[in-house]
Amino acid sequence: MITEKGLWNRLRLRLLFTGPTLFAFLAVMIIPFLYGIYLTFTNWDGISTSSSLVGFENYVSVFKDTVFWQSFLLTLKYVFISVALINIVAFLLAYVLTSGLKGQSIFRAGFFIPNLVGGIVLGFVWQFIFSNVFVYVGKELNIPLFSASWLADPDKAFWSMIIVTVWQYAGYMMVIYVAGLMNVPKDILEAASIDGASLWTKMRKMILPLMVPSFIVCIFLSLQRCFMVYDLNLSLTKGGPFKSTEMVSMHVYEKAFLSRDYGVGQAEAFVLFLLVATITIAQVYFSKKLEVEA
Amino acid sequence: MENRNGALAFTKFIALLICLVLFIFPFAMLLVNSFKENKAITSSPLSLPDSFSFANYTNAFGKMSYVSAFSNSVVITVVSVVLISFLAAMTAHYFVRNQTKLNQYTFFLMVAAMIIPFQAIMIPLVKIYGSIGFLNSKWALIYMYAGFGSPLAVFIYHGFVKSIPAELEEAALIDGCTRTQTFFRIVFPVLAPTTVTIAILNVLWIWNDFLLPSLVLISPDERTLPLSTFYFFGTYTVDYGPLMAGLMLTILPVLVVYLFAQKYIIQGVMQGSIK
Repeated sequence: MITEKGLWNRLRLRLLFTGPTLFAFLAVMIIPFLYGIYLTFTNWDGISTSSSLVGFENYVSVFKDTVFWQSFLLTLKYVFISVALINIVAFLLAYVLTSGLKGQSIFRAGFFIPNLVGGIVLGFVWQFIFSNVFVYVGKELNIPLFSASWLADPDKAFWSMIIVTVWQYAGYMMVIYVAGLMNVPKDILEAASIDGASLWTKMRKMILPLMVPSFIVCIFLSLQRCFMVYDLNLSLTKGGPFKSTEMVSMHVYEKAFLSRDYGVGQAEAFVLFLLVATITIAQVYFSKKLEVEA
Repeated sequence: MENRNGALAFTKFIALLICLVLFIFPFAMLLVNSFKENKAITSSPLSLPDSFSFANYTNAFGKMSYVSAFSNSVVITVVSVVLISFLAAMTAHYFVRNQTKLNQYTFFLMVAAMIIPFQAIMIPLVKIYGSIGFLNSKWALIYMYAGFGSPLAVFIYHGFVKSIPAELEEAALIDGCTRTQTFFRIVFPVLAPTTVTIAILNVLWIWNDFLLPSLVLISPDERTLPLSTFYFFGTYTVDYGPLMAGLMLTILPVLVVYLFAQKYIIQGVMQGSIK
């Protein structure tokens, strides 16, 4: 590669090409991240200009904050069920939609629609469905399951969160699985069929192992999105009834911006970051070992 | 054999059709009820409207300050996406063509930073930019999107710049182009398909984002569409008719774009996931 002559020219080029990006990246992500770690050791209340260092007091409060751990466990349960269902539904849809069916591109486009709309709007739409349409159907047809709003019952409100989450992300992950399935070589599948392999054998011995990279991406994306769910939680259940569906992200938000407990709030956010980072990195690390070549 | 396959395909088709109807059902409910009066909505949400009245729409249009929210959303999304694409392409190109230790470490830092969720940064972010009085403006928000959007964009561009032969650029340099001209006349046009992917991923994210704008944009006339929908819903909780129309108005622009750009959006998501 031809390089520019002179130190000044090279520096100018570097600044022009990387300066703005790196400035924004450092100033918006890295500095707040590091400053956030510092904040966890202070007792800032959000208003006063001064705050003092309090050592590990905030972290002690985090471990004592049972509400935080409750909502963390709830989030864990929510993430586990949602991620499993999202990926099962998405994979099945993708599998059927790559089998050469008529109109499959229209179907793909249709299942993707919920991803065009933000969590806030989707939550409001489903709020109407759960507390009006379902209740109406339940009363008309005498189905006790639907005759009261799901959002008024702690257990059912939790499941309604899961239903909407699966509905929202299945289409997105389906698109990624479709891309993966189209890359599975047709010739080896054909060879297996000629050798008398059943559909189930082909799926277990060939398609699933070859799809591991797609599974890694989809599980990673759905883990990250579900752990950090906020919009949908806010507009669908508002954490209710009686804070029974308050996910951890909403808890952190309330701790910091409503209770004005910034130090503890940030400490909780940081603990959450460590836990989520560990889980997602472990997932990618361990599933990489399952990868095979055709 | 022929027959059995045909029957199987038909069953699959019907099953899919049922799934799709279930998928679209919430939106259909929304559309149907947005034309009805409050009483009709609560007493029989499934029935079709008696007459097509746009009263709910005009009502919601005014109360949501739709024009202002829509244009805020458009300005923020378009400027952020253009900015992210240009800046990230330049940076990725520079990193690939100047593989020094420093550049490699910086690139690695950007990739690693993608694991940081927004919630881990939001509190210090608001504190820092609040204390220097840099909140409550579109431009502050755009600047933040440029920061949050750059890691993924640089990462995706980085992979594609590597596939452009360096000879192409060398030829341009020998012919008398400067490095900057080479980038804008040769490299950036070659990267166009990648740019489409990055633009689509970022539009989907920024247009629908709620948490960041809700922290940055405080005054009502700076609100984006998701924000104004949220406040509209908070203020008129029982007025179902206008609420339904308001939600429809928020969804409609995206659906119209999707109708025309559907192929590119699906492809963009596919491309963006193959890392």
